[in-house]
This record gives sequence, C-alpha cells and structure tokens, in this order.
Amino acid sequence: MASKPRIKVPKSASAGEVITIKTLISHEMESGQRKDGDGNPIPRQIINKFTCTFEGQTVFECDLDPAISANPYFEFNAKVPASGTFKFTWLDDDGTVYEAEAPIEVK
Amino acid sequence: MQLTRRNVLGLTAGAAAFAVAGARVTPAFASAEATEKSIMEFTGGATAGEGKITLTAPEIAENGNTVPVSVNVDSAMEGDDLVESIIIFADGNPSPAVATFHFTEMSGEALATTRMRLAKTQNVIAVAKMKDGSFFMDKKQVKVTIGGCGG
Repeated sequence: MASKPRIKVPKSASAGEVITIKTLISHEMESGQRKDGDGNPIPRQIINKFTCTFEGQTVFECDLDPAISANPYFEFNAKVPASGTFKFTWLDDDGTVYEAEAPIEVK
Repeated sequence: MQLTRRNVLGLTAGAAAFAVAGARVTPAFASAEATEKSIMEFTGGATAGEGKITLTAPEIAENGNTVPVSVNVDSAMEGDDLVESIIIFADGNPSPAVATFHFTEMSGEALATTRMRLAKTQNVIAVAKMKDGSFFMDKKQVKVTIGGCGG
C-alpha cells in the first residue's frame, strides 16, 4: 500500500525552459526475494510503472523492476512549452493506480 | 557410479524435480552471462559503443537497500539525436534488470536519477538506445557492505 506521493515541481518557468522534477512515493516494494519467518517466500508486490505527462504528452516513463528501492524516488527533467499541468501516475502490481498533479505557470 | 536400474530411476526423478523447481524459482543470483544476454536482447544484438552516456553511482555503498544511481546522455533530444530509452542492470542481483527509463522530446534532457537495491558488490551497467539505432554503454563497480535483497 502506498501513501500520498510527494512531488517537487517549480511553480513557474520561462517558455522552453528545462526544469527538474523530483518525485517520491511511499511503497514497500516487496521484491519477491524475501522470506517470512516460516521460510515461505513473500510474493512480489511493487510499483511496476511510473509515468509523467504534460497536457497529455508523455514526458518521462519508467518500467520498474524489483531492484528499485522501497519508496521509489525519481528525478528527471522536463521541457516547459507553456503553462499547464504535469500529471504523474504510479501503477501497482495489484492494479492500483496512484495519481498526482502539479501545475506550472510560464511567465 | 554404476549405471544400475535403481540409479537411473533416481537420476530421472531428481532431474524432473530440478526442472520443476527451475521453472518456478529464479536462480539465486544472476550471473554476468545472464546480464550479457539481457543487454543483447535490449540492443537486438548490436554492440554498444562507449562515451556519450555517463552512469553515476557511489564507489562504496554502505547500505545496499538504497543506492543512488544517475544516468545522463549527452544528446540534443531532438530529431535523430534523441535518447529513446536507458536500461539499467545490476549483474550480481537475483535478477539483473533494475529499471528502464523512456524519454521523449518533452524530456528536454536525457537525465534520470533513482535509488536501487544491490545484493552484493557488483557491476552496474547502463545502456542507452538512441533514435538512430545506435547504443551506448557505461559500467561502474559498486562495493556493497550490507546487501539489499532479501532478509
């Protein structure tokens, strides 16, 4: 189970500027490699896909494997053509989708 | 060992059990060959060149549970000089794949940072796929004091 994602996007930018976005979501990222107290393997449950879009256009995507740490963190860049909203989605193995948004203003 | 009827039966049963186990359980640790194979699958058999891509990871990671890793490709991110994706492998983990980043022109720059788990001291490898069909690779060895996979 994941908690509310944390996102860091600048509030404003100039047109065409490349900005840095940082995101972090709390999630155990159970790798499927661990065993419980009785020696039974704990089934894998991770976030397997992260997507960032800007006004419907894909900016950045990541396919995650179990080797990604708990509470997956991503830092990446994005070009800002105009004012708009960044949308972020995280897809869990169990089908849950976590979503977040961040607006940006072009001055 | 003499090839008696009893031995042959025992061997066959053992082999069958092994085959069943092998189908369900991944091998304890991915070997360098498995990583090599995964890289070949990603590049479609093409040889990855050097340069252009920079992989940043610590030389020594005290805790294998969260090892910061960054990749950066020197690219205009326009036209043919666009980085389509970067894949990261760790050749000493139970399975070598770590993550695949996908970029677009909207990315502005082919740069990504995340945190990964490393089971033990091993090589971390990043391979970038360019839009023009070329590949670039960088490799770093990370020494791990405490492993990050499993209990």
